[in-house]
Amino acid sequence: MSENALLQVKDLSVSIDNELPILHNINLEIKPGETHVLMGPNGAGKSTLGFTLMGNPHYCVTKGNILFEGQDITDLSADKRAKAGMFLSFQNPHEVPGISLGSFIRNASHAQTGAPVKLLAYKKALKSAMDVLSMDEAYADRDLNVGFSGGEKKKAEILQLLMLNPKLAILDETDSGLDVDAVRTVSKGIEEYQKKKDGALLIITHSTKILESLHVDYTHVLVKGNIVHTGDGSLVNEINANGFERFVKED
Amino acid sequence: MADTNNKQVVADIDRSLYDFKDVESEKDFYRMAEGLTEETVLKVSEEKNDPDWMRDFRLECLKLYNDIKVPDWGPSIEGLDMDKISSYVRHKSDMKGKWEDVPEDIKNTFERLGIPQAERESLAGVGAQYDSELVYHNVKDEVAAQGVVYTDLESALRGEYADMIKSHFMKLVPPTDHKFAALHGAVWSGGSFVYVPKGVKVDIPLQSYFRLNAAGAGQFEHTLIIVDEGADLHFIEGCSAPKYNVANLHAGCVELYVAKNARLRYSTIENWSKNMYNLNTKRAIVEENGIMEWVSGSFGSHTSYLYPMTILKGDNSKMEFTGITFAGKGQNLDTGAKVVHQGKHTSSVINTKSISKDGGVGTYRSSVIIQKTAKKAKASVSCDSLMLDSISRADTIPGMDIRTNDADVGHEAKIGRISDEAIFYLMSRGISEEDAKAMIVSGFANPVSKELPLEYAVEMNNLIKLEMSGNG
Repeated sequence: MSENALLQVKDLSVSIDNELPILHNINLEIKPGETHVLMGPNGAGKSTLGFTLMGNPHYCVTKGNILFEGQDITDLSADKRAKAGMFLSFQNPHEVPGISLGSFIRNASHAQTGAPVKLLAYKKALKSAMDVLSMDEAYADRDLNVGFSGGEKKKAEILQLLMLNPKLAILDETDSGLDVDAVRTVSKGIEEYQKKKDGALLIITHSTKILESLHVDYTHVLVKGNIVHTGDGSLVNEINANGFERFVKED
Repeated sequence: MADTNNKQVVADIDRSLYDFKDVESEKDFYRMAEGLTEETVLKVSEEKNDPDWMRDFRLECLKLYNDIKVPDWGPSIEGLDMDKISSYVRHKSDMKGKWEDVPEDIKNTFERLGIPQAERESLAGVGAQYDSELVYHNVKDEVAAQGVVYTDLESALRGEYADMIKSHFMKLVPPTDHKFAALHGAVWSGGSFVYVPKGVKVDIPLQSYFRLNAAGAGQFEHTLIIVDEGADLHFIEGCSAPKYNVANLHAGCVELYVAKNARLRYSTIENWSKNMYNLNTKRAIVEENGIMEWVSGSFGSHTSYLYPMTILKGDNSKMEFTGITFAGKGQNLDTGAKVVHQGKHTSSVINTKSISKDGGVGTYRSSVIIQKTAKKAKASVSCDSLMLDSISRADTIPGMDIRTNDADVGHEAKIGRISDEAIFYLMSRGISEEDAKAMIVSGFANPVSKELPLEYAVEMNNLIKLEMSGNG
């Protein structure tokens, strides 16, 4: 079953800074090109799972392993996970003054591939990715996320996703705080990644709007640090209609 | 800025550029007996072939030096033993006009510092100081043809501009100012003199690159720049020094005169060896409608006291100070700026960035004085400090003394530690921890580097990378 898995999470327990236990015995498997959705009430530990998978040092794995393409990455630093093909779209992307969005992405590409990034080809790719996201080209020259609105920040995250071509993208509430148009634009970008690049996705979300144009393979429900239920794409609609009540009760 | 990217991917810095020591024997050098006595000062004066007034001035300064106490308000300078510092080291080489005539060993030093390249990039002139003496000096024809005088101070003392030197030399920074100004007056040696005549706009920057190069030798170069009415100049001074074990002292002096309607931009990147005591004094006076712009980067040194000062004398005169300081392991850098508003409608802007790492101490110290003659003056101070770990220290000591009731004064200070979450964000894109930190620090420094000409901005970025790698 797990022969061609991209990501395998085995019996994973996590605490923050070695104190507060957040996640308990999480098991998850994502194959190349699959789209998984992670839903759950506030405070269930969804973002914690995203950060842990990406290697944020504040989240300590107290038990279990994370495997990426069969390799144990539980102890790898975030940059090595990115190089292996993982990506995390942040819920609150950091503002980094003094470095432009455009040159940051170029630096990141260079860091990931180790090969020089050809300027003209890069600019062309950047422009077409920005077009998909209806982003003004001027954003490439602006300092990374500095003074960006919530929607612009999320677009900038998806722009990085399209430019860096990971094998697995974890999207942490990419749709939160966005208006209807912005959600549509961002989900166009995600669709582009999913369909044209055959990228796998783990989408952490509260709402279903972002999922409308995407094919969802699996839906997981996280409650109080436990995955209490896994279903197919239709589960999204059920939760949308009835909320998490039935899963919370089960717990 | 689009070129930030290029700055980030530059190859690892060639540390040898900053740390090498010439293997030449020191027999070519003339070295004074160590310690400072009247005899030493007279010997310096004789060597320089000073005019009488300068010899007398030196002796007067020596008396002041012996009388004035060392400052008791800043970082400790106990490690500095003047008795062990030979005050004057001069290479046995006279002024050279042509690059080909410069002695081979000195040429090697300069080539490794990239001076000929800098010149190729059409910098207006090169005055490079080797130890205490200018050995290479060249002003491009077009600048000289405009009547711009750019020469070493010694020749200027005896030439056509002798009176001008006499009426300006250490008038802005009097030897009574502090102990090390007095020391400077007594043993100063080498340095540049620039005079830009009325209405002349020099479009390309004038550059001077000097460095200390002998163990235990102090450097006391003097820079005197006079920008006459309506003239415009950008002067760049860059310094770096090789590493030595003996405590080194730098007590230079910079005096800048900006006349009515004139503008002077004075940029420096200083990168001193980690045993250097940098006790430098820089001051500018600005007449009506004049503009003074400072760009100042302080790297290296064991201890620094550096507060470029501007006197806004004329009505509507302006000054802008942009500075950055990087204090690493074992360093205590006390830097900032001072401004005195005298004229009406004068305005000043001070913007500084300070970085401390590995237990380094960075102190921002400034003084803004608005005298009662300075009606409707405007002053704004913004100092931003970034600590890279929990053992480093950043302090801000901004002073303000306002004697008018219509001044418009703003002050903003920020002190923070580098954010783990920001580092993680960059790392999640494949950037290593070290590069992520360097990127955040370069970004922090960007408001300063974008004020510098490209080649200097690149050099500053390299210095930041070097300091970040922990080997600086």
